Amino acid sequence: MKAFLILEDGTVFEGVSIGARKEIISEIVFNTSMAGYLEVLTDPSYAGQAVCMTYPLIGNYGICREDAESKRPWPDGFIVRELSRIPSNFRSDLSIQEYLEEYDVPGIAGIDTRALVRILREKGTMNGMITTNEHYNLEEVLPKLKSYTTGNVVEKVTCSEKSVLNPGGTYKVALMDFGAKNNIPKSLAKRGCEVTIYPALTTAEEILGTNPDGIMLSNGPGDPKECKSIIAEIKKLYDSDVPIFAICLGHQLMALATGADTYKLKYGHRGGNHPVKDLKTGRVYISSQNHGYVVDMDRLDPTIAVPAFVNVNDGTNEGLAYTGKNIFTVQYHPEACPGPQDSGYLFDRFIDMMKENKEGGKDNA
Amino acid sequence: MPKNPNVKRVMVIGSGPIVIGQAAEFDYAGTQACRSLKEEGVEVILVNSNPATIMTDRDIADKVYIEPLTIKVLEQIIEKEKPDSILPTLGGQAGLNLGMELEESGFLASHNVTLLGTTAATIRNAEGRQEFKDLMERIGEPCAPSQVVETVEDGIAFTNEIGYPVVLRPAYTLGGSGGGIAHNQAELCEILENGLRLSRVGQVLVERCIAGWKEIEYEVMRDSAGNCITVCNMENIDPVGVHTGDSIVVAPSQTLGDKEYQMLRSSALNIINELGITGGCNVQFALHPESFEYCVIEVNPRVSRSSALASKATGYPIAKVAAKIALGYTLDEIKNAITGKTYASFEPALDYCVVKMPRLPFDKFITAKRTLTTQMKATGEVMSICTNFEGALMKAIRSLEQHVDCLRSYDFSDLSREDLLERLTKVDDQRIWVIAEALRKGISYDEIHDITKIDKWFIDKIAIIVEMEDALEKGPFTLELLREAKRMEFPDNVIARLVKDMTEADIKKMRYENGITAVFKIVDTCAAEFEAATPYYYSCYGGECEAKGEKTRKKVLVLGSGPIRIGQGIEFDYCSVHATWSFSKAGYETIIINNNPETVSTDFDIADKLYFEPLTPEDVENIVNIEKPDGAVVQFGGQTAIKLTESLMKMGVPILGTKAEDVDAAEDRELFDEILQKTEIPRAAGGTVYTAEEAKAVANRLGYPVLVRPSYVLGGQGMQIATNDEEIEVFMEIINRIAQDHPILVDKYLQGKEIEVDAVCDGEDILIPGIMEHIERTGIHSGDSISVYPAPTINQTVKEKIAEYTRRLAMALHVKGLINIQFIAIGEEVYVIEVNPRSSRTVPYISKVTGIPIVDLATEVILGHTIKELGYKPGLQPEAAYFAIKMPVFSFEKIRGAEISLGPEMKSTGECLGIAKTFNEALYKAFLGAGVVLPRHKQMIMTVKDADKTEAVEIGRRFADLGYTIYATRSTAKALADAGVKVRKINKISQESPNVMDLLLGHKIDLVIDTPTQGRDKSRDGFLIRRTAIETGVYCITAMDTANALVTSLENAAEELSLVDVASL
Repeated sequence: MKAFLILEDGTVFEGVSIGARKEIISEIVFNTSMAGYLEVLTDPSYAGQAVCMTYPLIGNYGICREDAESKRPWPDGFIVRELSRIPSNFRSDLSIQEYLEEYDVPGIAGIDTRALVRILREKGTMNGMITTNEHYNLEEVLPKLKSYTTGNVVEKVTCSEKSVLNPGGTYKVALMDFGAKNNIPKSLAKRGCEVTIYPALTTAEEILGTNPDGIMLSNGPGDPKECKSIIAEIKKLYDSDVPIFAICLGHQLMALATGADTYKLKYGHRGGNHPVKDLKTGRVYISSQNHGYVVDMDRLDPTIAVPAFVNVNDGTNEGLAYTGKNIFTVQYHPEACPGPQDSGYLFDRFIDMMKENKEGGKDNA
Repeated sequence: MPKNPNVKRVMVIGSGPIVIGQAAEFDYAGTQACRSLKEEGVEVILVNSNPATIMTDRDIADKVYIEPLTIKVLEQIIEKEKPDSILPTLGGQAGLNLGMELEESGFLASHNVTLLGTTAATIRNAEGRQEFKDLMERIGEPCAPSQVVETVEDGIAFTNEIGYPVVLRPAYTLGGSGGGIAHNQAELCEILENGLRLSRVGQVLVERCIAGWKEIEYEVMRDSAGNCITVCNMENIDPVGVHTGDSIVVAPSQTLGDKEYQMLRSSALNIINELGITGGCNVQFALHPESFEYCVIEVNPRVSRSSALASKATGYPIAKVAAKIALGYTLDEIKNAITGKTYASFEPALDYCVVKMPRLPFDKFITAKRTLTTQMKATGEVMSICTNFEGALMKAIRSLEQHVDCLRSYDFSDLSREDLLERLTKVDDQRIWVIAEALRKGISYDEIHDITKIDKWFIDKIAIIVEMEDALEKGPFTLELLREAKRMEFPDNVIARLVKDMTEADIKKMRYENGITAVFKIVDTCAAEFEAATPYYYSCYGGECEAKGEKTRKKVLVLGSGPIRIGQGIEFDYCSVHATWSFSKAGYETIIINNNPETVSTDFDIADKLYFEPLTPEDVENIVNIEKPDGAVVQFGGQTAIKLTESLMKMGVPILGTKAEDVDAAEDRELFDEILQKTEIPRAAGGTVYTAEEAKAVANRLGYPVLVRPSYVLGGQGMQIATNDEEIEVFMEIINRIAQDHPILVDKYLQGKEIEVDAVCDGEDILIPGIMEHIERTGIHSGDSISVYPAPTINQTVKEKIAEYTRRLAMALHVKGLINIQFIAIGEEVYVIEVNPRSSRTVPYISKVTGIPIVDLATEVILGHTIKELGYKPGLQPEAAYFAIKMPVFSFEKIRGAEISLGPEMKSTGECLGIAKTFNEALYKAFLGAGVVLPRHKQMIMTVKDADKTEAVEIGRRFADLGYTIYATRSTAKALADAGVKVRKINKISQESPNVMDLLLGHKIDLVIDTPTQGRDKSRDGFLIRRTAIETGVYCITAMDTANALVTSLENAAEELSLVDVASL
């Protein structure tokens, strides 16, 4: 069946329908990872967006359910150049086509994805519609596209109740789930932490009340400024002396909570190949990235936070170190999945921070 | 970290002559690195014995030594030039081994020379089998159970522990040379013995056989600060068991999920970090297809063939970045030249699929085994890019120039289901065609996978192509089907063959009328995330065209020469690149089309635009339609480019330089005869034929021996000397296996001195840089002959006659640009053999030794300048003060079963140069450069045909005088003994032991001189002796002239060689 991708600027791509046969309006973004489409699909940060994979051959190794980064796919739509006719992998449970149908995610294949990316690169991220209706009326569709916003999607993707991973672990970490990818708690658990995962709207009092050794703020979807009440709670976490490590949305929220600003990038960073420089060591790491917003480095108060990581390509902020605090935050994804595992050492750094804080605390006692 | 200020003078070691396993990729890497170093203000001293390379040009390096790559020579150059550092990681394994030897002997330290980039300790850890294994164990990276052995006995003992089959890999060898898989003790002994001898350190790794696992490679870069990136990963379609150089390879990997991809990526980074490599590195893995178990196969701590492929596949210039890293820069300080925005620390993201296919030499070595093993056999490769795998595969197939263009090109339709299942077990270059037929016969994916271990994803892709072939054949032929076929890059001629009642022209018309035309996309390293500054294009069907074809100045299309193959080597890339530079200097916008990832011409900054495409009329026309060039040059790209002349003219593209009809006149027998008559130039009598009957008639009229050859070929493809009717039948059958568009030529064979000339003609005058004379008499292909400049044994009268004939021929053929002519000189008579109005194999060499930039002059002439205007006096130029001797280099040891005796069909893969003030020293250097390091044991075997006996006696006497013990078979021994030469008689192979074979296998023989009887030698004995000699590493000569040259060279062996800086000539 034919399908159409209609962009806010009036561009129409004709392709074939994949996945569910329903019409969606969403923000269109692209991801340059060459593998890891399931991890992309199940990354809650894509809620409210439709993702285009720039690598043209998708679905080659099928869907291995155990690789999912959350309980379901989150993008509103999926855009590819070509879906593989057969999945070929010893772990494959089903084909991507079947998977999209199972979760009612529509998509489009057979379009010139590179041309789409070039439009987004030149004109910036924009909204679009995926439809199988051949009789679409641009005049009616375009205003609808323009008025679409992702809204407060964090509440949609966060867990409904708290849960514990690796009970009895050495360090007790409270993980604020704004749309956390599974590999964040897994990475902590693997390092011996007991991870308690909290819904996004949990209050600071509740968390601090459990006396955690450290707090982890997760990634998540949408415009950080939409998360007003969460920001207020994070300010309280900042004021505590508990070591905090934050990723992506968590990093942006901590910045906003402490007086910094964020802005939207023209077309975001989504992929597994961006170089990030750790300003503390001068080393460069290839990172997994998925963000449309970024912390404004020009408006940082150095008495509160200083840049700790920077993107080598465009010089945008990739992480902050909070002055006088056991807090560091990164814009990119040390939990990888998909993408390079080079930055896993940041979890070790967080563990060290909790360890020092704990031992330091003992010394004081 | 900024540039190291102590590095001011760097010596770069090249890779020497082109052999299988070490080809043009090192000219590409070396050239890019030298330019990168010069860009930083570093003086470059280059050493490479290969004169056909671009890196040995005076504009690439400051000092150029085309000298034998031996330790002694390198030491002399270091003493003379006093470099502060050497860079050994760009010259392949040959360069690396030399660098290591210099370091290990303490020579570098005592001369204050630093090894740049990766340290010696690192190289030892990566290359030494045991060191590597220990290191991998230490960091927890798995390797297949293995043991380094130094004796066959140890090998057997270890194999008995781990069980058969085992893989054998000699340390420090090329292209898996001497390696293989042994399934039983007999095989083990054979391969092991050979491998131990071939290894520089006498070590072979015996390893658990992991054949059938997925073979995955990562190209990794690391700087001195420890920053690492992977440039790209690649998946071999052929699982472990076939050398990656002989595999069909796809980039990026297709069947790996993120978990597998990142697991291996992390492992590669872990390894490069632990080894402490600074620069580029290649890590090969075997991945179990049904688990996460993997093994590290090997690490190459240097730029390699795979890194050249990765560079072209991604647009990331690995050699350039490696050179900058060697100077001290870190990855985040080096700009990505393709985007101009990102840095070298950015990992390329591909938004297309790349397929590499090997170019195998079985069309040259028809007796050789086609089986593919861990021993590389390919002479070159092609790469193609498309947005889908099917398209990339179809493009790669037609880029091979092996008379294949789809999955029906090899016909296996007469094989039954059972035959096919059996045939699938054979791993050879035709395997994908066999799989295609298996699919047609309904054999399941599972069955094919079980036998071949090829991933089902690839089998499905082959099935999709097969289904399209069927759909086109069965019909109905709809517009939708056409669109889909073009998406998969089915060329029009293939579609026309399949679709009923449609011609290629009909298909093309239908396409154009419906807007089904190729579009071009950019290779930009970043999947369009950033704007690209460099126009590096590939085609696909469907979507937006990013090539706009804007016109700002005059445009010229330079057609490249395609894959490196025997007969059409790196020389033509040299010519294409120089022509491009000259057009650029003249103000033209330059556009290169080529499909060879190993070459300098496909580097993105050589021409203004690069189209990485097959060189077929349809593919070229797609580009012409967009770019509308003002002209095309075909005379620099070898036969590949020449073949496109007619098509280009039909497209309305003017051919710059010599006109197509004149090119035809040189190839067309009748037209050429007319010209010869008009110009009063003699040639051997002959005729044109199509059938064996006609050939025999002509041969009998002329009298045997005769030369039989197809027209319009390079490298003497299919050319043979026939001595009787029976041979004519055999040769004609071989030639006619491929449908011939042009008649076959049968000429009287004349024996004399073979002379070769390259010249530039402007329509009025000609310029002949020099006359070259071959050491071997006519009958041996010019590419396989030792060629001497200036011609040493012909007199002034003959030279003048040759110059005059050259002038007449160039004028009569209206040559504008280059012409290459081969003559026979018999006494003072000169006959023409053949005329090629195009660049030739000898152009780079003669340019370098005479200092006359022939390609630049030819380009200027093509643009309308005259030789006089360019400041040259027309005619034969004064002879240089140096002798320059070009020595052919062969790769016979890599091709099991190949006939090594020389004849009219070319067999050499590369060449080296000996240059010196005297003929004798030049000759000695040439042999040395070709790796003929004698004497060792001072024992040799002679077995020559009757006609050679008189000469053999003299040569034998001279070897005996040098202290050689000569073994000879009965009749040769008798001839030597009768003439008073001391000789030991030895039994023939067919006779009882000890015989010739035992002698060879005793590893005490330096040299075999075996001249086969005229024509294709059918004697099993001779063939066996020659093969055994080659496979046990014994130098084997099959022509008396070569033997004569060798003994002359040995008589003049010098301890100290004189050095010549070619850049100052």
